[in-house]
Amino acid sequence: MTAPFYVPPEQLIKDRADFARKGISRGRPIIVMEYIDGVLLIGENPGGYLHKLGEIYDSIAFAGVGRFNEFETLRVGGIRYADLKGYSYGRRDVTAKGLANAYSQTIGQIFTHEVKPYEIEVFVAEIGDDASATRLFRIQFDGTLITADGFGAIGGGEEALGETLADQYEAGATLDTVISTAADAIEAVEERQVDDGDWEAAVLDRTLGRRRFRQVGPEEIGAARSAS
Amino acid sequence: MTASAGAIGAPLLNDEPVPGASFLSLLETRGMQPVWAVDQASSHLELPEATTVLAVRFADGVVMAGDRRATAGNLIAHDRVKKVFAADSFSAVAISGSAGMAIELVKLFQTELEHYEKIEGTRLSLEGKANYLARMIRGHLPLAFQGLAVVPLFAGYDERAGTGKLFTYDVVGGRYEEQDYATTGSGGGVARSFLKGAFAEQLDKAAALRVAVEALIAAAEEDSATGGPDLRRGIFPNVVTVTAEGFAEIDDADLVGVAEAALENRP
Repeated sequence: MTAPFYVPPEQLIKDRADFARKGISRGRPIIVMEYIDGVLLIGENPGGYLHKLGEIYDSIAFAGVGRFNEFETLRVGGIRYADLKGYSYGRRDVTAKGLANAYSQTIGQIFTHEVKPYEIEVFVAEIGDDASATRLFRIQFDGTLITADGFGAIGGGEEALGETLADQYEAGATLDTVISTAADAIEAVEERQVDDGDWEAAVLDRTLGRRRFRQVGPEEIGAARSAS
Repeated sequence: MTASAGAIGAPLLNDEPVPGASFLSLLETRGMQPVWAVDQASSHLELPEATTVLAVRFADGVVMAGDRRATAGNLIAHDRVKKVFAADSFSAVAISGSAGMAIELVKLFQTELEHYEKIEGTRLSLEGKANYLARMIRGHLPLAFQGLAVVPLFAGYDERAGTGKLFTYDVVGGRYEEQDYATTGSGGGVARSFLKGAFAEQLDKAAALRVAVEALIAAAEEDSATGGPDLRRGIFPNVVTVTAEGFAEIDDADLVGVAEAALENRP
């Protein structure tokens, strides 16, 4: 019998990380950005039936890039986590921090223990009654949990997007402005134009009632971009 | 009700069996579903009972109303109970019967509808919601035989058909679609007799509110377990509407005038 090959742990982790990064960088990016009444989530999604953005709970939204089946499992898992917690305790006890931690644990576990790591990155956003209560969390393919301040990008070209947004982001901007800024940044990185109908966008809006998640349609995106 | 708190933080993924889009199934996979274990002896408990609720179809959709009293035996247990709830943004549910279980059932039903909507990305049809509620009532059958019945009333706006629809239930989970109006609870019979005379096609919203409140007053006059509006203490019925614009609760301030006029009207 031949002895199994010895693979040093550094090499194992590096191989897995390279594999996951390669998968994610092929995917189209999503930008998450604060505006005066909440948070905008926007990305290119031609077809649009397989959603990348979703409502998790009253004030919590989800965005995922990479393999659809993998982040969809996480989206559904997040809804289950949130509804179970809200039903057992109270609606205010469901927080993005708890959810981001659960995602981080789950993704981290999969990264080291499963045959194939998830080729995904997810974003969790939460708003409160004023801007100081906004929480943005980014969870990477290996479970690394990073907080973002004001804006963030995941998916292909996220580094370039991050630099562009760092220059252009201003606190207290209107929804129209952030839609334009985010869409222009994605077009600049992708080096092509995107039709209004090929965007998928949603907001968490603190002026809405209990459920603050709302999808933003192509007309609204078109109007916002031509206005500013 | 028993629930193991530890299961709330259970792993995100890998539930067996897979609960699909149903919240109740999710609770069951984790052994967290509400359970009331009542033996024969305890059926003599005098638990709060919620009484009269009703729904009336009108031009824009449906109006649903309930009195505020809960009784335990011959005592008034609570005089400001809420019996009419939003099930989701296009439907409402009202309860009569054993109040404690009914309120938990409503909470579960609300969570179920929202859970399904978020996971599937689309709302259940009105028919689907009504059927699901029947299934939940059926789950309570053993308790109903021990005198702890829960009998809801369900109404909503059918977005496809463009009309309001009403559903009544019996204790075994039988589901009946009603045409014009529906009532349940101890004063339900009196309210139904009143509505039989007062109902008209294409009532406007103001008229529908008046008819609903007046039917509750009629029930309160005949049935000691039903509480009428109390102007002095500021207790008004719960009244809600469900129309093409969705679920809306009528404020007490807007009900003062309606209740005063309805009380004046009584013989």
